[in-house]
Amino acid sequence: MIWQAFWAVVQRDLLLAWRRKSEGLSAVFFFVVVAALFPLGIGPELNVLRNIAPGVLWVGALLSSMLALQRLFDADYRDGTLEQMALSPVAMPLLIGAKMLAHWLVSGLPLVLLAPVLGLQFDLSGDALGTLTLALLVGTPILSLVGGVGAALTLGVRGGGVLLSLLVLPLFVPVLVFGAGAVEAQVSGLGVQAHLSILMAMLLPAVFFGPLASAFALRIALE
Amino acid sequence: MLTISNISCVRGHKPLFAPVSFSLLDGQALHLEGDNGVGKTSLLRIICGLSPADSGEVLWNGVALNRQHPEVVEAFRASLCYVGHNLSLKDELTPIENLLFDAQVTGHSLSREKGMDALRKMGLNNRTHLPLRVLSQGQKRRTALARLSVTDAKLWVLDEPFVALDPQSLDYLRAILANHVQQGGLLLFSSHQLVELSQPNGHAMDVRPIRLVAA
Repeated sequence: MIWQAFWAVVQRDLLLAWRRKSEGLSAVFFFVVVAALFPLGIGPELNVLRNIAPGVLWVGALLSSMLALQRLFDADYRDGTLEQMALSPVAMPLLIGAKMLAHWLVSGLPLVLLAPVLGLQFDLSGDALGTLTLALLVGTPILSLVGGVGAALTLGVRGGGVLLSLLVLPLFVPVLVFGAGAVEAQVSGLGVQAHLSILMAMLLPAVFFGPLASAFALRIALE
Repeated sequence: MLTISNISCVRGHKPLFAPVSFSLLDGQALHLEGDNGVGKTSLLRIICGLSPADSGEVLWNGVALNRQHPEVVEAFRASLCYVGHNLSLKDELTPIENLLFDAQVTGHSLSREKGMDALRKMGLNNRTHLPLRVLSQGQKRRTALARLSVTDAKLWVLDEPFVALDPQSLDYLRAILANHVQQGGLLLFSSHQLVELSQPNGHAMDVRPIRLVAA
């Protein structure tokens, strides 16, 4: 029963994302446009581009995921779905975890898949592209999980979007540092393992505490 | 058995209604009355456990619903069906998709046939393939209320269930409410209308009124 409820939430959110395609696509296009503007603005100096690539792509991914975060709980809050989740005999953190998983599949996974293509504009080598993809694969779920806590805390607050950015972006700094650092380490010939291990070490507590803290904040928002 | 003992609710430093106590036995129906803004919805939300009460407690089968008894809270939620003002329906999904997902999320299993049957009885037979956003307000409410005929929950808490329904769906809703009570279910609803629940044999069903008064 528990996992049935979990997968039902994932399925519902994926189906909803499919029916409201424009919402999901806008954040992805934002990422593509931001990443494409830098090479155009800076010009064809390959050394510069190669140096700024990891930072630009990571910041783009971060801002794009901020755009998507604002909608994570908003619709469910307004139409009463969150109330039903809070009243379900299935533990609420599990259902919220399902929402976060669906959110990552819609807003995070496309960034991971697009990053190697966008990285080509910055003349990144094959190895560096691989590292970039891997780092994003480990790092973007953290953005959904930690950002979800922020989205839950700012739910129903007027001007919540700006507040959400102020609340969550500082928390994303370690992910940015080690995510971009992994690619830089690869480019400069150092090992990437340390960076990826630290990213993984951030992901695991986020998986555990993110849904728990969000469910707690959402119950307060529902009162 | 649901027992409400001395529940009060404070909004913005002012008590909303005078402390209220009642109990609801198996096979009983209770009609919550009160003027606009007296706190009917707040009380129903407190009973469900969505908001905390400022004093008093809610007991399910004699055990208080609070942090000390998580297993009772879980059992209570498993036997609760709440239909509030927010219908918990997704505009992009069709009525049947809404019904199926809702059942799964609240821990019930529901087959597609049973769901379609419930919607048909609610008079939505030729609307089941349309997204909800093109349906009327009344049809949306009927979709939400179709939940009642597929749930196996024992306690039904309904906030203004008769709003925006046409006479046929009103009759049908009254029939399933009466049927639920007759089979030993508990029913708690708020309404401004004087609604008579009639048993299948035509006799009016006993519905106990509780009036909320402002503090």
